[in-house]
Amino acid sequence: MAHAPLLRNEGPPRHTLLVRVTHWITVLSFLALLVSGVEILISHPRFYWGEVGNSRTPPLFTIPIPSSRATVPSGYGYVLPDQNGWSRYLHFEAAWALVLTGLVYVISGLWTRHFRKNLFPAPQHRTWHAFRDVIAKHLRLTSPDEADSRTYNVLQRVTYLLVIFGMVPLVIWTGLAMSPGFNAAVPWAVNCLGGRQSARTIHFFVSTFLVLFLLVHIAMVVLTGFASRMREMITGVPAAPQQRTIEHIEERT
Amino acid sequence: MSKMSRRQFVTAGLAATAGVSGLGVAANLAKRYGLVPPDSGGIYGPGETLTYAAQRLFARHSLAREFPRSMISKVPFANDMPPLNDAFKRLQAGAFADWRLSVEGMVARPASYSLADLRSFPLRSQITEVVCEEGWSYVAEWTGTPLFDVLKASGILPKARYLVYFSIDPDWWESIDMADVQHPQTLLAWGMNDGDLPVAFGGPLRLRVPRQLGYKSVKFVNRLMVTDSLKGFVSALDPKSPNSGYAWYAGI
Repeated sequence: MAHAPLLRNEGPPRHTLLVRVTHWITVLSFLALLVSGVEILISHPRFYWGEVGNSRTPPLFTIPIPSSRATVPSGYGYVLPDQNGWSRYLHFEAAWALVLTGLVYVISGLWTRHFRKNLFPAPQHRTWHAFRDVIAKHLRLTSPDEADSRTYNVLQRVTYLLVIFGMVPLVIWTGLAMSPGFNAAVPWAVNCLGGRQSARTIHFFVSTFLVLFLLVHIAMVVLTGFASRMREMITGVPAAPQQRTIEHIEERT
Repeated sequence: MSKMSRRQFVTAGLAATAGVSGLGVAANLAKRYGLVPPDSGGIYGPGETLTYAAQRLFARHSLAREFPRSMISKVPFANDMPPLNDAFKRLQAGAFADWRLSVEGMVARPASYSLADLRSFPLRSQITEVVCEEGWSYVAEWTGTPLFDVLKASGILPKARYLVYFSIDPDWWESIDMADVQHPQTLLAWGMNDGDLPVAFGGPLRLRVPRQLGYKSVKFVNRLMVTDSLKGFVSALDPKSPNSGYAWYAGI
């Protein structure tokens, strides 16, 4: 039993060691950013557009939750405890971990051609038709076949690229654009977003998108075989074909 | 096989030694060039140190954004304040004519200034944004005396590294490094939007540090203490202190 993974470990790992390590550091950073970000949001659950906004200016929208500040007109008769001390420390430390890990991942991904080999859609898949096929497969709840489990389909590839090169850089940029020290050094980074409160509002929406991505990502991992997917991302050992079949039978029953 | 693994072992050992000594050298350099904040210990120390070091290395002299008059907030927002003490109320009753700002610590000539004394320095006016760590903000015009002019007049000593500044409210004080002490936009503000600085916004005297979050801009300032170490003030960095465990450096 103990030797089973070794017997299956014939080809290259499903994910390289660098991808696996950076993946899990990113998971920890993202969870820390999410928890601390929600705590920071609670201290002022109102959003604005433009440079300035406060409890005396009309909000663009309000999150209907209680606040940890008495000065915020939340509509609730009580005030939550202030958690911004540790939340802000943790948020920025986790942001550094995410940025540094992301740099290692992106630079090595360019170096090893990881992006070109595994993430940029193959030429024959760069069509609406290929897209529609994958979406239809998902809608019919078809289990991925053997070829699918060794690679990413076009929908996965485009989504991962959007997250890696679109949403994560945007959430870092809009986060930095709220920092008074950073804005003094690089004023155009906040000015071109329409102001500091616009940056904060975009930061919130991009974060929400990333949470939705996380939920769908976890749902897909569970649906296609939680144990196999986790083993692939932890040990790198690809799931054996027969084991995949067993899992799929179990899922259908 | 065993030869290879020994070579790999030696290589890994050398790499680890180089890595550790590299970190050691970096830490020493950081300390020498003042890139380590006073709250660099503990689990959040690495993040704080990276933020502080990055901003001091790459943006030590950058100026906070200034805005056109048209962007001054019509209804600026001031946080609720605890009731002010009797000493403050007595001074307020006298229209702050007896308000004094004392300058102490590592200066050649300790001094005490009235508001009229401060107004006799060359003034500076700037339209900057107050950014609260909670997320809200407003823009106002701040008029006052550049902090460093006042400290230079008292003969600030070369070994000075930090300024600790106190509010008349006994539990309220903060500190900044020399980069912000010498910064031209760090202002002992006594005017706001063409009038005297209102009490709600920290009048009669507030230290405005526009490159940092609002909690570093202490209201009702009456004492400046120049020092080369925050050791005696370190209790302020623990979570039970008045700054509720907030980061010392608030440039982010």
